[in-house]
Amino acid sequence: MKITEQEVRYVADLANLSLGEAEVHRFQADLNEILGHMEKLNDIDTTGVEPMAQVLYEAAETATLRADIERPALGTELALANAPQAGAGYFKVPKVVER
Amino acid sequence: MHIPSLTIDQIREGLLAHRFSAVELAQEALDFAATQNPSTNAYLHFSPERALRSAARVDEKVAQGQDPGPLAGVPIAVKDVILTKGVRTTCGSKLLEHYTPPYDATAVTRLEEAGGVILGKTNCDEFAMGSSNENSAFGPVRNPLAPGRVPGGSSGGSAAAVAQGTAVLALGSDTGGSIRQPASFCGVVGVTPTYGRVSRYGLTAFASSLDHIGTLARTVRDAAALLEVIAGRDPLDATSAAAPVPDYTHALDGEVKGMKLGLPREYLKDLTSETGDLIGKGIQALRKLGCDVRDISLPTTDYAVACYYIIATAEASSNLARYDGVRYTFRSASSGALSDMYRHTRGEGFGAECKRRIMLGTYVLSAGYYDAYYLKAQKVRALIARDFAHAFSEVDAIVTPVSPFPAFKLGEKIGDPLAMYLSDIYTITGDLAGIPCMSVPCGKTAEGLPVGMQILARHFDEPSMFRLAYAFERAGGAN
Repeated sequence: MKITEQEVRYVADLANLSLGEAEVHRFQADLNEILGHMEKLNDIDTTGVEPMAQVLYEAAETATLRADIERPALGTELALANAPQAGAGYFKVPKVVER
Repeated sequence: MHIPSLTIDQIREGLLAHRFSAVELAQEALDFAATQNPSTNAYLHFSPERALRSAARVDEKVAQGQDPGPLAGVPIAVKDVILTKGVRTTCGSKLLEHYTPPYDATAVTRLEEAGGVILGKTNCDEFAMGSSNENSAFGPVRNPLAPGRVPGGSSGGSAAAVAQGTAVLALGSDTGGSIRQPASFCGVVGVTPTYGRVSRYGLTAFASSLDHIGTLARTVRDAAALLEVIAGRDPLDATSAAAPVPDYTHALDGEVKGMKLGLPREYLKDLTSETGDLIGKGIQALRKLGCDVRDISLPTTDYAVACYYIIATAEASSNLARYDGVRYTFRSASSGALSDMYRHTRGEGFGAECKRRIMLGTYVLSAGYYDAYYLKAQKVRALIARDFAHAFSEVDAIVTPVSPFPAFKLGEKIGDPLAMYLSDIYTITGDLAGIPCMSVPCGKTAEGLPVGMQILARHFDEPSMFRLAYAFERAGGAN
């Protein structure tokens, strides 16, 4: 077993994901199977290999930077248009600190 | 007008000869799509106002004698992970059921500037995570050629719409095969361009180092023409490449005789017999065209699924963190304190596959596991890319199957996530290496299920890829 039930709950907590009991057990089994397959990577020697974070092709270093020119932003109204709860130009969320 | 067989060129001809107007075509295409859609569920929603507005602009240009653009009046479907201002964009998720984007994706802007007419938004696996389109919160898509079978995924709706004829072209997105595999299952052409070739501004992020926007069409020419319109540098996407965009349709007519093609032996060993036979006949057809086909080896292929599902889920777990009940429409009703609101919104909003991938991605990035999984996978990714670079020092293109098997039955693999992941084996390598790749119809099984052939080429060498695909298409594929 790569991953225990306790670890499943811990990871769900890190991911801010509420899981039902059935889901905890299902994901424990799924993750164990998938992580078991991933063990394969231990068979391949990567000594001295630089990790590849992004596809790299020959390009000038600054080729990806655009000119630093001001352009209109989205604006508060549009930015808030999809908020489940908004008011006074802000996103509203439940109380964070209890009195 | 027989909408299911129209091409870009025929539409242009018809418009310029005043045989029909763009508005007439758009209305007829919308009506046709609305009557056909219930059999596949390919479209999630239509955008008739926007379509008719775009069409009217085309008609105006034609009336004034101006060039109406390379995609004038062409009915196009857009995968529902690509943002359309004022037109609902759900990403196949309950979380975004009521989300209306405040801006357009650059690809959408460009295709409309070229005269394209967006009919509506197509169904997909939730946040593009899946290989069967069964992970949509709004029901699966049925394969138009075999209604009991999946269309592939995650761009299943886009592939089904093009195959069914309810769109002439479609935009899809591809992170691990999400354009090529459904194109193969539905018997259409699907193109994943070089990483960075098309701006991702307005593409909902899944795994940013792997995500692409690409094209689906019934012919190689039309898929190439759409790519030409949407490709190119975009100041709004820092990862978009500055390399000039070649004339892809012009490149189609070149010679393929003497072209060196690599046939990687690792891609041929686990095929179902019918898929293997068809790919074998396809290779024969390429030989007959004068291509120099040789066996090659891509030895790291066996590690690709493990490598991909570490990198893709790690990036996804980070990208999907934004759906927390604050900004994007859905918030759990059972939310007390802020932390509970986050947890319940995500627990109730995400479907099973998204949760599984968030869990997996969070795990592989978590303290103590980062080096063993994520860093290791990034190193293996470098080796996979190196394999391709080595192969391309000897051959001009690589030819493989798209999938080990044709379209499978609805429900057949949904209970076994690892089996589903393993079915992506031949398509994820192209995304990991960031090279252009496509699916072109090869033939059909005895049961009538399409099988696609994959062509992979060097970075930014879409012209060679299209030229080979076009020659193969004209030769009739494997038949």
